[in-house]
Amino acid sequence: MAQPLVKKDDDQEDEEYSPFLGIEKGSVLQEARVFNDPQLDARRCSQVITKLLYLLNQGETFTKIEATEVFFAVTKLFQSKDTGLRRMVYLMIKEISPSSDEVMQVIIVTSSLMKDMNSKTDMYRANAIRVLCRITDGTLLTQIERYLKQAIVDKNPVVASAALVSGIHLLQTNPEIVKRWSNEVQEAVQSRAALVQFHALALLHQIRQNDRLAVSKLVSSLTRGSVRSSLAQCLLIRYTSQVIRESGTNSQSGDRPFFDHLEACLRHKADMVIIEAARAITELSGVTSRELTPAITVLQLFLSSSKPVIRFAAVRTLNKVAMTHPLAVTNCNIDMESLISDQNRSIATLAITTLLKTGNESSVDRLMKQISNFMSDIADEFKIVVVEAIRSLCLKFPLKHRSLMNFLSNILREEGGFEYKKAIIDSIVILIRDIPEAKEPGLFHLCEFIEDCEFTYLSTQILHFLGKEGPKTSDPSKYIRYIYNRVILENATVRAAAVSTLAKFGSMVELLKPRIFVLLRRCLFDTDDEVRDRATLYINMLAGDSSVGKTDKDVKEFLFGPLDVPLANLETSLQSYESSEEPFDISAVPKEVKPQPLTEKKAPGKKPPSFAVSANGPTSPVDAYEKLLSSIPEISNYGQLFKSSTPVELTEAETEYAVNVVKHIFNGHVVFQFNCTNTIPEQLLENVIVTVDTSEAEEFAEVASKPLKTLPYDSPGQTFVAFEKPDGLPSNGRFSNMLKFIVKEVDPSTGEAEEDGVDDEYQLEDLEVTAADYMLKVPVLNFKNAWDSMGPDCERVDEYGLGVRESLGEAVSAVINILGMQPCEGTDVVPNNSRSHTCLLSGVFIGNVKVLVRLSFGIDGPKQVAMKLAVRSEDAAISDAIHEIVANG
Amino acid sequence: MNGLRKKEKNGEDDGVSNERSSCVYFSWLLASGWHRDSCPLVKNILLLDSEGKRVAVKYFSDDWPNHNAKLAFERSVFTKTAKTNARSDAEITMFDGYIVVYKFVQDLHFFVTAGDDENELIIATVLQGFFDAVGILLRGDVGKRTSLENLDLILLCIDEIVDGGIILETDANTIAGKVATNAVDGAVPLAEQTISQALATAREHFARSLFK
Repeated sequence: MAQPLVKKDDDQEDEEYSPFLGIEKGSVLQEARVFNDPQLDARRCSQVITKLLYLLNQGETFTKIEATEVFFAVTKLFQSKDTGLRRMVYLMIKEISPSSDEVMQVIIVTSSLMKDMNSKTDMYRANAIRVLCRITDGTLLTQIERYLKQAIVDKNPVVASAALVSGIHLLQTNPEIVKRWSNEVQEAVQSRAALVQFHALALLHQIRQNDRLAVSKLVSSLTRGSVRSSLAQCLLIRYTSQVIRESGTNSQSGDRPFFDHLEACLRHKADMVIIEAARAITELSGVTSRELTPAITVLQLFLSSSKPVIRFAAVRTLNKVAMTHPLAVTNCNIDMESLISDQNRSIATLAITTLLKTGNESSVDRLMKQISNFMSDIADEFKIVVVEAIRSLCLKFPLKHRSLMNFLSNILREEGGFEYKKAIIDSIVILIRDIPEAKEPGLFHLCEFIEDCEFTYLSTQILHFLGKEGPKTSDPSKYIRYIYNRVILENATVRAAAVSTLAKFGSMVELLKPRIFVLLRRCLFDTDDEVRDRATLYINMLAGDSSVGKTDKDVKEFLFGPLDVPLANLETSLQSYESSEEPFDISAVPKEVKPQPLTEKKAPGKKPPSFAVSANGPTSPVDAYEKLLSSIPEISNYGQLFKSSTPVELTEAETEYAVNVVKHIFNGHVVFQFNCTNTIPEQLLENVIVTVDTSEAEEFAEVASKPLKTLPYDSPGQTFVAFEKPDGLPSNGRFSNMLKFIVKEVDPSTGEAEEDGVDDEYQLEDLEVTAADYMLKVPVLNFKNAWDSMGPDCERVDEYGLGVRESLGEAVSAVINILGMQPCEGTDVVPNNSRSHTCLLSGVFIGNVKVLVRLSFGIDGPKQVAMKLAVRSEDAAISDAIHEIVANG
Repeated sequence: MNGLRKKEKNGEDDGVSNERSSCVYFSWLLASGWHRDSCPLVKNILLLDSEGKRVAVKYFSDDWPNHNAKLAFERSVFTKTAKTNARSDAEITMFDGYIVVYKFVQDLHFFVTAGDDENELIIATVLQGFFDAVGILLRGDVGKRTSLENLDLILLCIDEIVDGGIILETDANTIAGKVATNAVDGAVPLAEQTISQALATAREHFARSLFK
């Protein structure tokens, strides 16, 4: 290692491509001995440092001993007066900066750096500050604090910036010290140097970020004063929208504070400021179309910019706007369409998905044609984005399911990776579930796909799905061929799945039973154990002589019912089960959901995929809830779960215990599922229960509750409370909740809890059950047909005044929220500046009563909104009930 | 889809990571949750050759915990962008939760990466600053060979653009100016000369004036 293998001389004009060819760590470390020479050769030393940096840059690592040696040697170079060398020394120290436990190293280098920090050369001072702050700790920092405060207001901008940026880093480790520098930082905000102002602004905001008033003051003084750099202006925009977010709109005039400033920034000369401002405006909560318009206008101009980055920024922002305000973006559709052929595929994909969101029913076919041409030459990850966008488009315009489903089946046949195919399959499955008319063609496409599918996982998923949906179709027999082909052609995993699917057809379709028997008997000769076992089991079961159960109902329950124990628990039980005379008893497996181990925490800095498309995942939460609820004996006999609400938070963010609740509605019962999280590492909670006071909910009577045995730190658990209510009626009520538990101290170092606990309680926020909880969002394919076929027999019409509203759109969404119904045909979106609007809603009310609603809105000059509500349902009493909901809302 | 996210846990040997300290700060910046209102952050600056090999790289984020993760990211950035034409204007791509702005010249590929909620024009400005400053420092002869021959200048250049993820300077002339004054061949500024050196210089001046 000590042998310098290839000796290189950088001065020589050599023939080799890289000056570092053949470089080797051992020899460079040898060369580093020149740092110890009494007569330093600055040039040579610089070259050696460059070589060391090159090695580090290529991913070479130094052992602790090597690093220490290099470090000590490098500190010797402070003796040289050569500025170039000094600059390389700073760089080197930063790269191998000692950790604070290497006290000796820190002390040695600190004294040299402190000398440089007081040097007359600005370059020395700026760099010494940056290096020193990198390696410093609290005690050292107090020693140099005085110099840093001076540096912040130094007349040389490089020095000031170095001190300010170091301050931003130091604030994380030593906030109390950095906070003492406010006055100096405040002064630096007024600096004439553009970047000093930028850095000062960033630091000042960070120091004061928790003080709303101070941030607001900062913003208001700067929006009036002068901001010198585009970067600082971008920061100011971010802080401005923070202030807007925290202060809310002025309810009288409907104006937001500082909105004028954001709007003015749209006319700034720098593109980055314009984008920042446009994005800030589009992300304002509850942004109105009047506020959006100027931002959309500048973004539209940017769409035809010659610079790809600007086009990308614009189309990305518009894509986001299209999710919430599709109509606001339609003006840009022509410019957007020309981007489909953009050289940059990211831009093209964003343009496509935006168009898919803003497109109307008539443009779908044309768009699909354009996309087909485009699909072949983009990467899989972009294709997935397009597939997801098509899925949501299809759910929006169910009438177009034929052409969209065809498109999906076409791309399914083309080449593609697993994730891409999975996205297509998931989309088809969702369309089959939500659009009854799409079911048979969809299943057929899936059958075709598994005939030639290289992914075992997808094949088994599709077989499982076929088993559930296939028997319910008009002609189940036509699927048998595809399924049995799998038994002949595929690997063991797929064969086993196909056997299960066959059995499901056999149990559901009496007509097919004899034929299924024949097929299953053939499977008895399979080479694989699992396949044979399954075949044997199912033959016995279908013949009615197995231990599973004699009756038809038992068989169906076994085939289609969910596994009522958590998989993880089953796995542990099976592992501890030793083969003995005693058979394994599945009912002995614990049913409680174990808390997840702490190690499974989300990695920091990771976010969900970037091209977010509002999409329902393939497994709906309702299925998961059903599973969970059926595992609780007290609740399992309440019948079919009608609806589960989205979680409602019952605690503020960042409290000791975080609790949210899901309302599960059954015909004659309501179950509250409280999801609790303990955020205190030093505590273990036991016997956690929520006591619910029903004095303001007279129609409800508590019938059962299920406490949570233990609630360790940071692993969510659930407790349940069940109520009886009048059968099939939409009972309302207000519930006040108290979290009760026994708290035990936990030693954080060992993780062990103390023996004795103390009873404690924690007040939660109130919870309401309203009429919307009894309404299920169910889309209809063609509203007009559905409306006409329902007939006017049970129609109820009335008019309502809604008072002064911000806009028509706001009134529409408020009414939709009160009713909790599904908007149809995209009528939940109100076009810009329209004076009237018709909104179509559909849903199923508790008791499985179909309800259709036609809402006509009108708005007059002073923003008075009036509404005509027409309800049709299968039951006049329900129609009246809907009117009552609106009247009380 | 996102092979990159599955971070291999091949911990580095007991050696010293060269990007340790900067990453600690950065992770705090992200973890504290004020990112949305924070100042713009750069996650890395990459300078690769036409085969995707490193010329100079600097990471400011611990999204990539070890050498292998970094190499995997560089490979994936390179393959995703290699076929595009980013020679006249800077191009941009987005994947795995990052936006990457890039520009190519000769056999060099310049990249700047940021989180996907960052303002892409700010990142493009950083890239342009880096790109132009390298052009000035290498006197227009920008290529892999000249970059490696002047690697010290390239590294100093990156050091002057971003500090621990925070943008220090984006103006190419200023960046190049700050790097060039430190060049090895640069004369020692007068203020830093010792008395004996000052005397020597004075004597030289004096001698020269005599021989005129």
